[in-house]
Parts: sequence; structure tokens; C-alpha cells
Amino acid sequence: MKASNPLWKDRLQHQIPPDLGSEIDIFEHEVQLRKQGKIDEKVFAETRLRRGAYGQRYDNGHRHDGVTERTLTYPATEATKGPNTLWDAPGMQRIKIPYGGLDAVQLERLAEVAEEYSDGIAHITTRQDFQLHFVHIEDTPPLMRRLAAVGITTREACGNSVRNVTACPVAGVCRTQTFDVTPYAKALTYFLLGHPDCQDFGRKFKIAFSGCRDEACGLVRMHDLGAVAVTREHNGTTERGFELYVGGGLGTVPQQARLFSEFLPEAELPPIAQAIARVFARLGEKKNRNTARIKFLVSKLGLDEFKRLVMEERGSLPHDDRWTAFLADVPNYQEEPLKPPSLLQLGPEAPEGFAEWRRTNVYEQRQTGYVTITVALPLGDITSTQLRQLANIARKYVKETIRTTVEQNIVLRWVSEGDLVDLFNDLKAAHLAQPGAGTILDITACPGTDTCKLGISSSRGLAAELRERLAATAYEMDEAVRGLHIKVSGCFNSCGQHHACDLGFYGVSRNKGGYTVPHFQVLLGGQWQNNAGSYGLAIGAVPSKRIPETVERITSRYLEGKSNGESFHAWTRRIGKAACKAMIEDLTSIPSHDENPDFYIDWADARKYTIGDIGVGECAGEVVSPIDFQLAACERKAFEAQLALEKGEVEVAARTAYESMLEGAQALVGLRETAPSDPDEVVAGFRKHFFDTQLFYDPFAGPKFAQYFLKAHERRNQTISADRAHQLIEEAQLFIEASHSCHTRMSAQAAKAQPVS
Amino acid sequence: MQHFRVKFFVQPDLRPDLGAAIPVFHRWIQESRLEEMLIDVADYRHVPGGPGVLLVAHDAFYSLDQAEDRLGLLYTRRTELEGSTQEKLRHAFAAAARACAELEKEPEFAGHLVFSGAECEFSVNDRLLAPNTEETWNLLRPELHALLDSVWGAGSYRLARAGEARDVFRVSAQCETPANLNLFLAG
Ligand code: SF4
Repeated sequence: MKASNPLWKDRLQHQIPPDLGSEIDIFEHEVQLRKQGKIDEKVFAETRLRRGAYGQRYDNGHRHDGVTERTLTYPATEATKGPNTLWDAPGMQRIKIPYGGLDAVQLERLAEVAEEYSDGIAHITTRQDFQLHFVHIEDTPPLMRRLAAVGITTREACGNSVRNVTACPVAGVCRTQTFDVTPYAKALTYFLLGHPDCQDFGRKFKIAFSGCRDEACGLVRMHDLGAVAVTREHNGTTERGFELYVGGGLGTVPQQARLFSEFLPEAELPPIAQAIARVFARLGEKKNRNTARIKFLVSKLGLDEFKRLVMEERGSLPHDDRWTAFLADVPNYQEEPLKPPSLLQLGPEAPEGFAEWRRTNVYEQRQTGYVTITVALPLGDITSTQLRQLANIARKYVKETIRTTVEQNIVLRWVSEGDLVDLFNDLKAAHLAQPGAGTILDITACPGTDTCKLGISSSRGLAAELRERLAATAYEMDEAVRGLHIKVSGCFNSCGQHHACDLGFYGVSRNKGGYTVPHFQVLLGGQWQNNAGSYGLAIGAVPSKRIPETVERITSRYLEGKSNGESFHAWTRRIGKAACKAMIEDLTSIPSHDENPDFYIDWADARKYTIGDIGVGECAGEVVSPIDFQLAACERKAFEAQLALEKGEVEVAARTAYESMLEGAQALVGLRETAPSDPDEVVAGFRKHFFDTQLFYDPFAGPKFAQYFLKAHERRNQTISADRAHQLIEEAQLFIEASHSCHTRMSAQAAKAQPVS
Repeated sequence: MQHFRVKFFVQPDLRPDLGAAIPVFHRWIQESRLEEMLIDVADYRHVPGGPGVLLVAHDAFYSLDQAEDRLGLLYTRRTELEGSTQEKLRHAFAAAARACAELEKEPEFAGHLVFSGAECEFSVNDRLLAPNTEETWNLLRPELHALLDSVWGAGSYRLARAGEARDVFRVSAQCETPANLNLFLAG
């Protein structure tokens, strides 16, 4: 940790707003108390999460180095900053950037803290936040002070709180917006930040704003609370309001948000958000994290009852002036350009690369003569030096009107169009003029196994590989392919938003001959447009090292098979899931370890892949155990359920999804006793050998996946809606994944128990 | 003074494949090759001008840094060290030199990665302890001379401040006659 840590408080005392300063003082005190063992580790963990200080991979002090599992001997051997989280282990610091809005001074400060406390890289997340990695917990208070001095907070960036409020990065300059949502996003951010009604959630709460219904930017339909700008005519005047959505989310069981109100008057936005927060805090699940998001509460209560409770809550709320105080400033809210509008006068010699960059990275604003440009950042990463260079550029060309995007990029708004060539040259000098924003090259990826404790496969490694390969052919790529979106998550938790894109991938693993092999589930046909209007469904797991070939295969088939102007989404729907699955069937096979050991190493890694401390027993070889076949059959069955749902056969879909789980459980029970065939006996065997013993428990999700099966068994004879059938299929896929993982863990334990000869 | 950084530059005509550093750094972790407790490897090859491939230790970072389009091995001291400023400076210099020497020996880089013994850059990764000012320069110049006199010989090299006021304190050092980094280590 830094030698200068104790000095920053005095140095910045006149630059930090007193309330923010005292919050950080309290946090610093808590850090000291925890170090002395005077606060419970669980309490401290939630405290630091609410300050954005998150755990990072290997912070439990164990890491498999490719040969053996090693203990990482940090200096403070006993101290922890949470359960199984060692004090000295590097952590991640998340930094909230409401609606992505930044100025040049803030960019410079972010550059400083990334350089001094992290590894010189600032990472932009899919929620418009910044993240820094490898940060020591004792460095976080000075880091927070330095950010607070320029108006940035890390408060409630993680934990069971209202997370960063996101909004379209082109709000206010967008050609299709109904109105600028920025002042509303800002007002709601600060109204809810630290609000007493938002301190007792069972899980996080995510809010997004969108200026219109049809474009992608806000992605409101995958949020806990989503607001789309709308207007209506009333008594001869135009009134502003929001189409309000509630209960959306990705994660293990993705759900589209439901329409709460077709028109919520602007003045009602803060009180209704507050009322929703109170209902969520009061009735939301608290014990079981896996069912604690608001989507589960909305499903459990039903939308009508949920609405009734919210309106009842709204009626009893004591008045708060802040609900409407911000509205007085809304009409005056307007960013200003630095320069007068101008049109681009291109000479005969445009700089190399300019035309392509202009085509993909320049957006014509609704204000004539101005454009918004995208600084495309590979994997959302930018160096401290580049941040400083970008701050210079933002001062030179715009009035520091900078925003981050959920596609992990940065935009500069209000560029006078005539400046484009000079701006391009300046960006190029800073290596920030990469073309391809919003195209297939602009791949979104979560941190995955690089730094995330839950990562299964290397999402960033895969994204970097795909990016490099696609960039090599970008110039000859058909427009229809170039416009596709790829998103990658390191596990089912969907931080890479893999459901809301054309080609989505999430990390899973498979077993082959006693080895574990990194894979990705392939999802096709999700929609980025229409505010994440529909989600993709999984069509099969492919070894990580075959994903580039998979992308190549799918995009070529799309080009060959699409009818005129047919979108990728429409094409996948037309050919159907069975054809999609058949397209990649051969790519799902895994060569033996002897044949191609590279398949057993993840992208951007050199270690033998593991999902734990897995040894290789004598059985290593070409033996495929019966359970591998049985689980493969379950996957097929879950897929048939998808097909049935696609044809509108809801009952068949639900039954088949349930059966796929039943057969998975049966296969596992068969490892312990003669596999029963009666469903009740399968459940009893599963409970006895796998649930009660916790053998099936996921290391992070606990009993969640087992409960999917047990619940499906209980409810197997009930009538079911199409939505629930869809959810059941998702749950079946996760149960089967968990069965694979359980089998892998059992094999590993068996291998460890045997002497290796 | 704390948190010194030292960068040695790769000879300008060489363009090694940075991907080769991934297995090398993983091997260093397996073999505990360096004195610090080594944790992990991070791949930043996709970031132009970035840290390339980064070896994360508890006390330090080792990166194949490409800042200002000049490839080199950058050692960044993260935790505090005991001792005088001179001792801490020498510690960082030696750690960087040792890593360079080790990298040059690795089969993955055979002949493709050679560090120049005629140039290096010093910086202090803490703006509060060492702002990029004349005052810090006056404070650290004698320390840098004391170190480099023993490496290159008094009067045989030039020191120059680098960077803007908002950068960390930086000094570049250049010598006419390259020194063998291994000799420095032996000494
Ligand atoms: S999707 Fe999984 S691997 Fe990726 S950041 Fe989220 S939890 Fe981690």
C-alpha cells in the first residue's frame, strides 16, 4: 500500500464536500477497525462493497498455477476483509459514473488513481462505470478522497444497493430521442444515492434510462427499473413522462422487464422509484440471494399486485421537496459546444484510416454541424496516459462533454464537424482512433477469469482473440456481418450481457478423459435493438478454442442463407433453433488431450485449465464415461424443449425441460446406486446423495441449481405460462451445467484420492 | 521516498512477440523465480501503448510496457520498503535488471528480446511524495547520480527530466557506452 496514504486527507480537506469527506473518514476508520479484528468480517464485506471495493480472483489465497494448487502467502496471513477474502489480496475498485458523464479533470484524476493504485489500466464496464484492478484495501480511502475531490463517488457501486444509473450516451444529441433523459438520470441518481429506503435490499437494483423505444442505447428492458422517455398531449400542452418498466434482468434466469406504466408523469418518477424501493426492501427475498432480485418478487406477486402495493406505498410516502425540485432546471439543461457548428470539408488527401473511422465511429447529432465521436476501446481498457491525452483532446475540441458507454467505449459529444480530421489525427497519435465502433469488432466482455472470482472461462481472452481475427478481415467483410454484435461473459451471470446481442457466449466447462476443457455456450438471436427487445437462447457448448471457427461458420451461413435485407435476428428465427444447433454440431467435439493439448488451455493463458484443484488420475485417456453420454442426452432434451416452445407447444416444452433435469439427476444418482426410474425415487436419491450432502451445491450459487430441479418436480403437473416455460428451459440448462460441474468435482476428488503412478 | 519505477528499454530494432511472455511469466510463478510473492499474469496486448503482458506480484508489477511506443521492462514498486532512498532506488533498479536478464535467457525469447544497457527511465509512482517538479528533481538528482555513477561511471551519462507537471516524476538516463546488466547484478 502507498506511503502517502495518511497525507491525502489533509491535502484535500478543502476540496471534498463535507458529507462525502466524512463518509470516507468513516470508511477509513472501518478499514482500521477490521484490520484490528474489531468488526465482523461479514459486516465489513458488505460495508466495503457499498463503497465499491470488491473482491478479486485468488483472494482466498489459493491459485492453481497449472501444475499444482499453491497457497499465496500474503504478509497479513490471518487478516481478512470478508469471508475467505485475505486482507492483502488485490481487489477491484468500482467507480460510479452516473449516466456515464465525465469532464476532463475527472479523466485526469481517473488516470492518476489507475496509475498509482492499480496497474495503469482503467476498465470501462457494461454499466458505464470504471473499474480498477489489483487495488489494496488500505489504498481505497485515499483513492476515494482523490475521486471525491473532483466530484466522483464510489458509493453504492457494488453491494445490495442502487447501482450506477445508466442512460443513452447520446442523450440530448440523439436524432431519435423523445427528449433528453440526462437531467432525470442525474436527479434520480442523487435522490436515491444513500437514501434510507434503499439500504435494506436483498440484492442489487439497476436502473436505466432511454430517450426512445426502438434504439439499443438504454437497454431498459433488461433492468430492474427502466424508464423510456415519452410525451403526451394534455389540455393543449405537451407533457413529459416515462414508459416505466420493472423486473427485468439477465443473470442465470433472464427476464424481460414488464410494463409498469405507459405514462408516468415526470414529477412522479422519484416518488414512484422510492415506493418501488420500499416495496422491494420490505417484501423482497433476503435470505436466498439467488431469488432476491426484484424480478422474482414481481413474478411471485404478479404484476398487478406488485403495482397495487407500490401505489399504496406511494400514497403513504411523506412529501419530499426533492421529488420535483430538479424539474425547475430541466428546461435549461443543455450542454454547450466549444465551437460553432461547421461542415466537414474533405480535401483530396484524407488521412489514412479516416474514411473507415468516420463511417463507424462518427454519429451525426440532431444539431446540424455537430457530431458525436466514439473512442472505441478494445475490451473497454484505456491506459492512464491515454486518459490524459483524451482529456487534452476533450478540452481542445469540445466543452469536456464526455460519456462512457455500456459498450465499454467513450464518446465525445458536440464536436464541430469541420474539426473531424484534426480530431482524428489527435486521437490517432494517442492510439485512440480505432475504427469499428458498434460493429462486430466492438466486442463486449466481462472480466471473466482474468480477475473475477466467478469466472469459468476466459471471456477477455476470447474477445481479444476474436477481435484480432475479425479485424484482419474487416475490410472485406459484408456489411450485414460487420453490423453484428458479439458479447461474452465468463459465466452464466451475464455481466457481459451475452443475452442481448446477435452472437452471445458464456463460459462453461466440460470433462474429457479426466481433464477439464474450457467451453462457451453459444447463444443466437438475442436483440440489442429495441432496448434489448429479446434474449438469445443457448444452442450448445463449444470448446473455447473452437469459438473463432464457430463465429466464422455462423456468419458465413448467415450470409449464404439470408434473404434480402434480412437481419441476423430474423434469420435465426426463420431457420429455427434446430438448424442453428445443427450448424455447430461438429464443432462441439473435443479432441483428446494427446491429439491437441491446446484445447485444454484457455485463451491468453498457459496453464492447464482447471475449474478447481483438479488432478489427472490413471483413467486419463480416451475413456468417455456413461454419465458424459447421459448428460449430453439431457442437453439435447433441453434443446428439444426450446424447439417445442418455439412452435408454441408450451406444455410439451415445459414437460421436456423438466424431463431433461430428471434424466440429469438420474444419471448422477446412478453414480451412487442403481439408478431408479420412478421420478419420485430419482428425487429421493438426488436429495440423499447430492442435495443433503451439498455435493451438488455450486461453489458460488449454493443450492440454487438443485432447487430448480426440485421445484420443477414439485410443480410438474401444474399448468404453465409461456414465460414460465421459457424460464424453466433456462433453469434446465443451468441444472445440466451444474450436473457437469458436479461430475467434474467428483472426478477430481476421486483422482486426488488415487496415487498418481 | 517510496514506490520507485525503473524501465529498461528493448533494443529498438527488435520486435519480440509479447504473447511469448505469457508462458514465461506463468513459469516464473510456478518456479517462484523472483524474490516477490508472484500472483498472476494479465494480458493487455490489446491495449496500444499499454502494459503488454503484466506479471502481478504482491510487492511489485513487472510489465512489458509499451508507453510512448517504446517497449521495455517496467518494474513498479507497489509496497513500501525499509531503508534509505538510495537503497530503495537500488532495489528497484536491481529488480528490473534481474527481470531483464531472466527474460533474455528464456527460450521463448531467444535472441528476440535484448535490453539496452545504455538507457533507462526512473519514475516515482506517487504524486504526493514526488510531484513532477523542480523540487523533487533537486531532491532525487544526487541519488540518481550516486546510483548511476556506480553503473555507468561518473560523467559518462546524461539525466533529463521528462513528462508534464501532471505526470508522475520521471527522469530519463542515457549513456554513450552500454553497461552489461548482468555485471551490475553481479556487482
Ligand atoms: S459474467 Fe461471471 S465471470 Fe463475468 S464478471 Fe460476471 S460473474 Fe464474473
